[in-house]
Amino acid sequence: MAALEKPHAPGSYDVVVIGSGPGGLQTSYCLDRLGIDHALLSADDEPGGMFQRWPVFQRLISWSKPDAPASRDSVEYERYDQNSLVADDAEHRALVASLMGRESVFPTRTAMEAGLRAFEKSACIRVRYDCRWESTSVSEEGVTVATTDGEYRCRFAVFAVGMTEPWKPVLPGIEHVPHYAETATPSDYRDHSVVLIGKRNSGCELADGLLPWARRIVLVSPRAVQTSVLAHATVRPRYFQPLEEHQVGGGVFALDAAVEGIERLPEAGFRVAVAGTSWTGGFVLEADTVIAATGFRVPLGDLPQAGLQTVLGERVPALNPYWESVSLPGVFFAGNATVGAVGLRRHGVGSASTSVRGFRYNARVLAQHIAERLGRVPPHARPLAADEVAPFLAGELCRCSDLWGQKAYLARVVDLDGGGRAFDRGVQPLWHFVDMSGPDAVAVTIETDRDGVTFPGVYVRRRGRLREERLDPQPLNEFEGERYRRELRALIG
Amino acid sequence: MIDRETLSRVTLFADLDGPHLEEVAHTLDDERFPSGGHVVHTGLSSGGFYVIMEGAASVLVDGDERAVLKPGDFFGEASILTGDVAIADVVALGELRCAVADAGDLRPLLQRFPSIAIRMLEAGARRLRAANEWQP
Repeated sequence: MAALEKPHAPGSYDVVVIGSGPGGLQTSYCLDRLGIDHALLSADDEPGGMFQRWPVFQRLISWSKPDAPASRDSVEYERYDQNSLVADDAEHRALVASLMGRESVFPTRTAMEAGLRAFEKSACIRVRYDCRWESTSVSEEGVTVATTDGEYRCRFAVFAVGMTEPWKPVLPGIEHVPHYAETATPSDYRDHSVVLIGKRNSGCELADGLLPWARRIVLVSPRAVQTSVLAHATVRPRYFQPLEEHQVGGGVFALDAAVEGIERLPEAGFRVAVAGTSWTGGFVLEADTVIAATGFRVPLGDLPQAGLQTVLGERVPALNPYWESVSLPGVFFAGNATVGAVGLRRHGVGSASTSVRGFRYNARVLAQHIAERLGRVPPHARPLAADEVAPFLAGELCRCSDLWGQKAYLARVVDLDGGGRAFDRGVQPLWHFVDMSGPDAVAVTIETDRDGVTFPGVYVRRRGRLREERLDPQPLNEFEGERYRRELRALIG
Repeated sequence: MIDRETLSRVTLFADLDGPHLEEVAHTLDDERFPSGGHVVHTGLSSGGFYVIMEGAASVLVDGDERAVLKPGDFFGEASILTGDVAIADVVALGELRCAVADAGDLRPLLQRFPSIAIRMLEAGARRLRAANEWQP
């Protein structure tokens, strides 16, 4: 009988959303706010997605500040809380920040999970749990999603299934070693000599977690760690501890080398053959344990067989600026798979789409886009008087959390019709704005270059020609004053 | 990351041995563009250095096609190295797959592997010669 009481029975819906992690919950919330009929399905039995299991060492690498320059119930506070989902109503906001301890600004995995559970309850999001997506068919009429509970037909399917499938590169012997996802408890590695393949997020997380237990840790990958880039990255707290141990000769080695092969020894242990990249030569490392900290991919099920194209080493779907598959129309993605819509790589810096702080805003823009495609809401177009445009954009540069969460990726757009009128067109992917021909318009972004300098970006389209301008940085990021309004007015003309 | 096998077939990287090819593979991403999609926009600085792996792209100045780029060809480097905005559009002709280095990674990549820079210079010299011979 319990199954009969589950919400969202199989059938026809405008939209089907798959996944109850942060991406699925945020998308469902945003669709609800726009009145879009949809079914939210999850193979799990409660919300949280990957945070039910990972990170292995329990603390996130993105921060939430319990107290900040803006009050917790405000929209402006979102900038100081990278982990909570976003909401129109104050009571659903900042839930991770309100549930975490003060021993660190990096919440524990359990605080994150509790925050997601609280959001589901507070915002009354209804999930059909224990309903696993099994196969998909895509046609001109829409998408059919077959699940363990039956068949769902919809115009648009949104896959918010995380980046949760362990991925290993092709290497001789890699099949003998466990993946990061199979890491045991730290005490199991007591006095072990450990080789970690990979020195990015998961490699450095394991190295950091095993520091109190392992005898020796060697991180191996071909490319040297980009310390100058890391200095501005959210992952730096975890990276720098093992790297510092490397530099002082403390039993951790960060090796720039290609792994040529892994051999499992008959009794116990491994031999790992490596060839240097930043140094000449090669040797064989002996280890008690080898772990492939080589990352994850999006679990795409049968979508590649249906024609879904992928990018980033076949790990994520290739997406257009509105996170729709470039090869399977009607198939959208939410959550960290939205990194498949790469964007413009402004300043050579990617989007924040692999973390909650970035993709929560993608979900809001996606919901609006889907609602418009379904014809359920008119295109966002709020009239502005000509003299309101510059003050409005200057205010958005200070207060629009979407621009701060997705720097140089999401933009606030205003159409300029030349007749003294203008229309606020809402938040759009910058990539979409520059790709489209259209009326004269201006888009503003917040950008941070590789030197860590934050400044407003202004993109002006006049008679089909694009021009980019960089406004000066301001030490306290206060872009609303007369000087910025004047500069914006001059650019808009 | 892009796979080492695919990369080994590109002239630009022909002088690299196995481990160094692997290192370059870890520096690049692969990216796909649908037919008609812009990779580089006139008036904007380029965020990446692109090498075509599959498909073709059209170089357009004021809407006029000036060149068609094929697998192994590259673009985006001029804007990154000079800091100037692009003076042409690069648009996918059919489906396009590129290997791409982020803007900030290009200069370190060329400093670390001068053989790539020399291959780029050779291609640049051929382009310049073709441009000088080109008659509208």
